[in-house]
Amino acid sequence: MTRLDRIQALNALAEDRILILDGAMGTQIQELKLDEDGYRGVRFADWGQPVKGNNDLLNLTAPDAVKAIHTAYFEAGADIVETNTFSATTIAQADYGLEDLATEIAAEGARLAREAADEMAEKTGTPRAVAGAIGPTNKTLSISPDVNDPGYRDVDFDAVHQAYLEQARAMAPYIDLLLVETVFDTLNAKAAIKALIDLAEETGEHIPVMISGTITDRSGRTLSGQTAEAFWYSVRHAKPWAIGLNCALGAEELRPYLAEISRVADTKVIAYPNAGLPNDMGEYDEEPHETAGHLGEWASSGLVNILGGCCGTTPAHIRAIAGAAKSAKPRNPVRRERAMRLSGLEPFELTA
Amino acid sequence: MTNSASTFVNIGERTNVTGSARFRRLITEGDYATAVSVARQQVENGAQIIDVNMDEGLLDSVEAMTVFLRMIAGEPDVARVPVMIDSSKWEVIEAVLKNVQGKAIVNSISLKEGEAPFLEQARKCLAYGAAVVVMAFDETGQAETAQRKFEICQRAYNLLVETVGFPPEDIIFDPNIFAVATGIEEHDDYAVAFIEATKRIRAELPGCHVSGGLSNISFSFRGNEPVRRAMHSVFLYHAVKAGMDMGIVNAGQLDIYDDIEDELRELVEDVILNRRSDSTERLLAAAERYRGQGKGAELTKDMSWREGDVRERLKHALVHGINEFIVEDTEEARQSVERPLHVIEGTLMCGMNVVGDLFGDGKMFLPQVVKSARVMKQAVAHLIPFMEEEKAAAGEEVRSAGKVIMATVKGDVHDIGKNIVGVVLQCNGYEVVDLGVMVPAEVILETAKREKADIIGLSGLITPSLDEMVFVAAEMERQNIDIPLLIGGATTSPAHTAVKIDPVIDVAPVVHVLDASRAVGVVSKLLSDDRDSYAAGVKEELGKIRERRLAARASKKRLPIEAARAKGWDCDWSAYTPPAPKSPGVQHFDIPLAELVNYIDWTPFFFTWELKGTYPSILDDPKRGEAARSLFNDAQAMLKQIVAENWLSPRGVCGFWPAQRDGDDAVLFADEERSIEKARFFGLRQQAAKDSDNPHVSQFDFLAPEGTPDWLGGFAVTAGDNPEIVERFEREQDDYNSILFKALADRLAEAAAEWLHAKVRREYWGYAPDEAFSNQELIAEAYDGIRPAAGYPSQPDHSEKRTLFQLLEARERVGMDLTNSFAMTPASSVSGLYLSHPDSHYFAVGRIQRDQVEDYAERKGWTVEDAERALAPVLDYVAGAKIEAA
Repeated sequence: MTRLDRIQALNALAEDRILILDGAMGTQIQELKLDEDGYRGVRFADWGQPVKGNNDLLNLTAPDAVKAIHTAYFEAGADIVETNTFSATTIAQADYGLEDLATEIAAEGARLAREAADEMAEKTGTPRAVAGAIGPTNKTLSISPDVNDPGYRDVDFDAVHQAYLEQARAMAPYIDLLLVETVFDTLNAKAAIKALIDLAEETGEHIPVMISGTITDRSGRTLSGQTAEAFWYSVRHAKPWAIGLNCALGAEELRPYLAEISRVADTKVIAYPNAGLPNDMGEYDEEPHETAGHLGEWASSGLVNILGGCCGTTPAHIRAIAGAAKSAKPRNPVRRERAMRLSGLEPFELTA
Repeated sequence: MTNSASTFVNIGERTNVTGSARFRRLITEGDYATAVSVARQQVENGAQIIDVNMDEGLLDSVEAMTVFLRMIAGEPDVARVPVMIDSSKWEVIEAVLKNVQGKAIVNSISLKEGEAPFLEQARKCLAYGAAVVVMAFDETGQAETAQRKFEICQRAYNLLVETVGFPPEDIIFDPNIFAVATGIEEHDDYAVAFIEATKRIRAELPGCHVSGGLSNISFSFRGNEPVRRAMHSVFLYHAVKAGMDMGIVNAGQLDIYDDIEDELRELVEDVILNRRSDSTERLLAAAERYRGQGKGAELTKDMSWREGDVRERLKHALVHGINEFIVEDTEEARQSVERPLHVIEGTLMCGMNVVGDLFGDGKMFLPQVVKSARVMKQAVAHLIPFMEEEKAAAGEEVRSAGKVIMATVKGDVHDIGKNIVGVVLQCNGYEVVDLGVMVPAEVILETAKREKADIIGLSGLITPSLDEMVFVAAEMERQNIDIPLLIGGATTSPAHTAVKIDPVIDVAPVVHVLDASRAVGVVSKLLSDDRDSYAAGVKEELGKIRERRLAARASKKRLPIEAARAKGWDCDWSAYTPPAPKSPGVQHFDIPLAELVNYIDWTPFFFTWELKGTYPSILDDPKRGEAARSLFNDAQAMLKQIVAENWLSPRGVCGFWPAQRDGDDAVLFADEERSIEKARFFGLRQQAAKDSDNPHVSQFDFLAPEGTPDWLGGFAVTAGDNPEIVERFEREQDDYNSILFKALADRLAEAAAEWLHAKVRREYWGYAPDEAFSNQELIAEAYDGIRPAAGYPSQPDHSEKRTLFQLLEARERVGMDLTNSFAMTPASSVSGLYLSHPDSHYFAVGRIQRDQVEDYAERKGWTVEDAERALAPVLDYVAGAKIEAA
């Protein structure tokens, strides 16, 4: 089965019901309770700096564990899993001195998810999809790291663009979709979009992309200050397969901003909130049925096409979410009046 | 907020080193902090987009642009608007595109160097996510004639849309504004050429926009500001009419079109529209007389408007945004009237109406309106202490008459009208919580809940605000916030409120408030004792407006009945076996009163008493709780008496018959072989076009067609009646207990329907023998199957009850009957059909078209007129002459 076949199958499925994305990778990896040696494995036993917490490195050092997590999510009802590549860029891996291995980590992460998906497809006869996860990196293009010098940046567009291009190129052979996620600075996402457009030109093959922003608090803005609607207009030129929001907030807090996106997006809408807000210990303790209760309401209110979970969610959450969304009709993309829609931090519209 | 426009977008031009000497100096000196404040001022003054240009020979333009845009990225009050990246050098543009997170406009690209670079640059704009200004410039030069301007734009449009796949709505053409009245004859037609080209571009290149830099037009009158301002205004007035919808404009260089001296306007109009061959000479000759009417001359002019009476002066100040004398004029006006409020309601409102009219006619632009609003606010600020003093002097209590939450909805910044309404309400003793502008729905609703508001007022000026208001109303419905909602603002209308807002909200009344002067009346009625009847009246009026609108737009959004039938609700009948009734045929019962008490749904009971709220929370309602509790206690006491003394004798009848679906109707048979037709129920089908794939339902869609044995049930129940009791209360002039008794009887009839339905599901039809629902779950209709009643939304035709009553032998068995208009006796009665399919559900047929009515009439053996009479409330068209006359 080719990517095109799987996308077509996914599109057909999306006509009938809400698609299910997987839940958190990090939360499952935490369950493995790996120590520094566990992260290093044999290959990086002598690496010169600590690597504990570099979850993406496990693609190389604990591939079976990563694959098992993907399989668990498929078994819980996920139609799409995300590759374990959130930080598989030269920029993010530089924190561990592993920038030279970023593309290998990305490629292996994509391959593991593909294997898990193909095995599940074979077992069940239903195709499963893999979305190549592209995280925000740990640097931001719109915000100065130096409060005394608002014009300063410690990274530029071309560097971020290059990092994303390499990551996407490495994953391309294995994945069905791309997911530019946890966008807290839209300019980083725009660098990713440019990279994906350039990659498509390079390979002659278009990979559908999903873009998911992050509203950081109840102000309803991204970290770089945009409203949800302004964020959508800033990335709409990517012609994404789906647009939406993830992370930072629990379902309850996220709803108004998701509704905002849902009202203006002329494409599919994806949402995968955290399992509530973290408690005093930084842990997420929203129960699967609680998360599913909220997401089930989103589904029946026609807000979404794709649902999943972010931080703190588990296969049990995904199973509950899949159950809650099972009988809901997927949202119909809105058709809007023709208008030039621009954005600063806030949206702007001039009708034709 | 969505800064939204459909007429003319004002692009700020002060952050342009080629246009502003001050800005150039700030940038060349590296004073970016002050340069950012220039940008901030522009946004504050109403610029909806800011144009940034650093094309200056001595500057590193890439560096200057990058630093400046990174700086403003950290200034939320500047960065909120989109940026126009203005440079003649592509490398500058591309560098800047890498530094804006929003969607910007590139200004500009053109065919100047041929198609290849044009296409490449356009593709990059698309990849970076930007709209684009295209100059009317090709390999042979800049276009001067209307024809060439159009041809170049058309060529660029085709390349962009067809070759690159550029969205047409993101293309802005700049067909070159050149100086006129230069003394060179070929230049005389430049303004006309722009205006004509604009007309053709907007008409023939769908989706795109037209922009231009305004100040060029008056280049030959440098140093003569009065003439330049007049030229800008006149040119803009005509260009905007032709379709120019964006422009780089210095608001300070604009006059109000109607304010230009008649002679000057005539002369300028001759030049702009090239109306006579000597127009340039004539303007030049006259220009000297106007020269120097800059700052100095304006003072003389000022003095002349100062000579008018105070009303005239205030109006002038508002229209021209002059705040210099506003406090003294407002004070003078205050002393001339009885109450300070009269100044607001009279002179000031009158002045703002003039502003509104000029704005609406395209003779004033947003920045000018913003100035007017400031003057208004200053005037009102002066009056407020006097109004408070007046209140104190009158010894009015501090206690407010009610609390009103006001907000301009998300996406809109216009608050003049809202502020006026707020002031007027405050003057009348209401407490106003003003949330300001651009307020998201959740903030409005959270505040309303937290503040325990009595009224929510939404305001908005621009069209998209209308959708936002619908959204707020829908959210109120979803969250069950039953606070009356006021709708106001220039683009709002009774029609929009009726057609779009009112239907999405049932929990609270919606009132469209035409203007501030009516706000007090509306609010006081909504908070008075007969608020419910007022709200009902408003709702009825909105309903009428809606009906008129729908009647006027008949058939547009409805499917022909055949098409609707093709999209009916269906299921895989071969995979479904309808349950056979355990006790077929008709049977009747006396219903034990005591058993019904637990089936009562109390919420409608409180509704009857105009105590709106859901039981049981109504009992704890801060406002109505006391009344509700007292009423509930009385009701409980009487209910006990009804049961103990058998004041009522509830009874019911039900029956089940072999049946099958036939088109939209149900055929009932006398035999299980389904060979002898016994009776027929008729159905109506939804015709309103649906956006989704949702079926067009008719109630017998839930009944199996021929080939799958299915059954239809029917029932009629009554609480019975007791004329003696009623008479006794009435004799004693005890309206309260009389109404209480009737209201309880109604509740008991509904409870009897619920009781019988449960029994039917468990025993008589018996498809859910183990069902065990609480009363709450029953009220929420958690069970399988439905009991639709004739005269209700699923089947609006009341006459269907006649067939049902005959089949049930209702008169003979339980003493129930129908009046001529199909009302049931005794009065406290309920009847309906039973459908058992687990997916069956209630729905509303909605409005139907003539084709269905004709078909329905034929099936029922009626004339079309009969059918139209029976179905009058749901007709989607104006029925025959008879009804129209009535």
